[in-house]
Formats: sequence, C-alpha cells, structure tokens
Amino acid sequence: MKIGVLALQGDFEEHCVCLKRLGVEAFEIRLPSQLQELDGLIIPGGESTTIGKLATDFDLVDPIRNFARSSPVWGTCGGLVFMARDVGTDQPTLGLIDMVVERNAFGRQVESFEEDLQITGLPGGSFRGIFIRAPRVKQVGSGVRIICKLKDGSIVAVRQGKFLATSFHPELTDDDRVHHYFLDIVSQEN
Amino acid sequence: MEKATETVKRGHAQMLKGGVIMDVVTPEHARIAEDAGACAVMALERVPADIRADGGVARMSDPGLILEIMESVTIPVMAKCRIGHFVEAQILEAIGVDYIDESEVLTPADEQHHIDKTKFKVPFVCGCRNLGEALRRIAEGAAMIRTKGEAGTGDVVEAVRHARSVIGEIRRINSMRPDELASYAKEIGAPLELVIETAQKGRMTVVNFAAGGVATPADAALMMQLGVDGVFVGSGIFKSGNPAARAKAIVKAVTHYNDPKILAEVSKGLGEAMVGISVTQLPEGERLAVRGW
Repeated sequence: MKIGVLALQGDFEEHCVCLKRLGVEAFEIRLPSQLQELDGLIIPGGESTTIGKLATDFDLVDPIRNFARSSPVWGTCGGLVFMARDVGTDQPTLGLIDMVVERNAFGRQVESFEEDLQITGLPGGSFRGIFIRAPRVKQVGSGVRIICKLKDGSIVAVRQGKFLATSFHPELTDDDRVHHYFLDIVSQEN
Repeated sequence: MEKATETVKRGHAQMLKGGVIMDVVTPEHARIAEDAGACAVMALERVPADIRADGGVARMSDPGLILEIMESVTIPVMAKCRIGHFVEAQILEAIGVDYIDESEVLTPADEQHHIDKTKFKVPFVCGCRNLGEALRRIAEGAAMIRTKGEAGTGDVVEAVRHARSVIGEIRRINSMRPDELASYAKEIGAPLELVIETAQKGRMTVVNFAAGGVATPADAALMMQLGVDGVFVGSGIFKSGNPAARAKAIVKAVTHYNDPKILAEVSKGLGEAMVGISVTQLPEGERLAVRGW
C-alpha cells in the first residue's frame, strides 16, 4: 500500500512516521506528478492558508480533486479545513467534504487542549485527541456522517464515503488506531 | 479537557514545520506576510536591522500594536520578550499571543537567568548556538528552539554555523556509549536525561527552526537542507526592495528546498535583497547571538 502525505507545510513528517510504523510506504507529495500510483492521501496539520496558497501556486488543487474521485483522502486539523466546502473566508479549499468549518474555533494557542474522545467505529475505547488552534465542523450535508463530537456538541470528526476529516492530531500520539481506520478505508476502496 | 500540556505546546510548533515565520511591524505587513503564505508572524515595533541601527535598549513591543496585528490576520502571532523578563512574558500571555520568543534580539533583562517557562500556559521559543544551549532552554520549558544566527545582518554565516553545530552534535551523541553521554552532558552543561533522550531520537526533541541572517530563497533552502524544520525571516523581507514577492519566494523555497529547478524559478526577479552587514566586520560588542547563558 502506498500512501501520500501532502508535504507543502505542516506536520507531514509525523504522519510519515506513523505510516512507516504500520509498515506502509509513505511518500511526501509536493507536486501533481507525485500523486500517481498512490492508494490514498493524507493532508496533515499546518496552516491551512499556507497549504492552500502553495497548493494553488503549484497547481495541485485540481489534481488532488481528480485523485479524490477514486481514492481516499484524510485531513487532520488544517487538512480538515482544506477539505471543506466552506470555511467562511476566501482561502482556497478542495471542497471534498460537504461541510462548513469554523477555523480556530476554540480560540488561540492558550486555549489548545487534550481530551479523551469516543469515535464511532474505532475499536479499543477512548482516543486521546490533541486539539491545537483547532477547527470545528459547524454544519454538514446529508451525505456526511458525524463520527465524533465533544461534550459541548462540537463536531470534531466526520466521514463522507472514502473521505475522513479530524479536527485533532492522531499523528501527535503513539496511538495508531485512527491511521489504521484510514488504511482500512483505503484497503476497501482498492 | 486539559490545556497547556507539553504535547499541546510542542505540538503547535510541529504545525509550523516546513514553514516561514516572518517579522512584521504593522498590521499591513502582517497581511502581506499572510498573503505570501507565512505560517506565522512575529509582531515587533522594529525589525532587528533597525534595532541594530537605532541602538539603545530594545524592549517588548507595545501590546496595543501586537493586538492590532493579532486582529489583522488569522495565522498565529508570536511576540518577543527580553531574556529573563518574566513580567514582559506575563503581559504577552495576558493579551493571548500564540508563542513567546525569549529573544536575544532585545536587550537582556537578566544576565544569569532565563525565564522559568514551565510556569506559563503559552509556549516559548528560544534561541541557541549549540546543543548545550538548546537543551538548557528545553529544560527551562522551551517548546521550540531556533538557532540564533546573527539577526539584522542579512548574513547567513552565523545561522549556518549554529545549525551545523546543533545538528552535528546530535549526530555525534547518537553514536556515543552511555558513559560517554554522561561526560558529554557535563561538558556542554546540559541535563543528562535530555542528552540521552536526544541521542536516542537522533533529533531535537522539540521543533528546531533557523533564524538570524536569512535574506534570500537560497538562504532559506540552505538552512532546510542542513536539517532545520523551518525558517524565521526577520529583516530580510521588509528591508528588501519587493517584500511581497520576496516573502512568497521564500515560502516556496522552504517547501521545495530540495528542488534546485524550482529554487531557480522562485529566485528570479525579486529586486534588491536587504543591504546587509558582514558579520566578520561586526565588533564583538554588537553581536546579539552571544546574549543568553
């Protein structure tokens, strides 16, 4: 299995480390030609404005959309923002998931937090969510399944078919279950 | 819900990796930086080149200015306090900056002690010239490190020296026996447990950016190829002929640091780089990197 990690900016290296730990080949993706022959793509955490601008400048937006027609994509934090249909600003997004997202929804860095989460379909009990200047999903379309909410009702993980998006950062933990969950989606699609 | 944990503090720096953090002195600069793709900005009253030219005591910036900059962009905003000046840090935390740089670019407030950074909810980045200095800062609670370079010069030579020093020392300890690590920890004045942890990981345990003298896309890519996680650009952007174009080019150069064809493309037609001061001609007393203990 070959998984690409969009490596324009952000914590792509941490995702690659998780994938290698799971015995999967991980590739850093910076140009459209590098999307060929991948089975799935991860969009890491980072600054969504930076990732969006670089993706636009290096003509990656349409190639990623084309890739996503047949292949699974997972975005964490900034990656979730980049996958959204609407983020309330004019920054470029992929529009892969029918959701409205609020950036920095919990406040600035001093409000960043950790919390034990219950994720639908994830075996093995609660999962430690790391939220850093995190976004939250405000609205979802009918094809989107909410798989995790905080106690206050904030939506922090969604699934739309072969697309997965999380407000938090499984790549910052040693717990590989969400990576496993995504790789299962990839296996089913291929 | 647990806030201000070590994971959350260090994690924020991990989100900045592969990015460029730009010094800005006005909300307008901040918007130019954000439009260019900066992953964060450093809010200041004066860039280091001007601090150097003006002389006198350099202090924390006006909180009102920092707040204006925070309101003008959606990306993270950092601000500097003086080395050891924990009240400036308390003020910066109170206004909600995303990261504090305990910086040698400002005039030190304490010539023996750095701030006890574990007492703060907001994470800190600190400068270093070598591994010992980096690990002392991490022991005090720094969640991110930057090599110091020589700020406000536009001369990359010190940034290279410090990055090579830190990364080279990590390579060396990576092959040391435990008894050698103990004596090395003593030699460089760093806590043994951090030396052991760094040796085992084979990399700094927190994110490590380069700073101080980066003025061109090639400078930025050079630092990335030497092995840092990202780049601070201070005077190099807004003291150049065309800040917006240069800022964009440096952002692209950090992403594609290993691709000389793209580096050539983004380096074209940027206009004048900042004038610069050769560090070798700088008197010892005017060097900022020696500040910090």
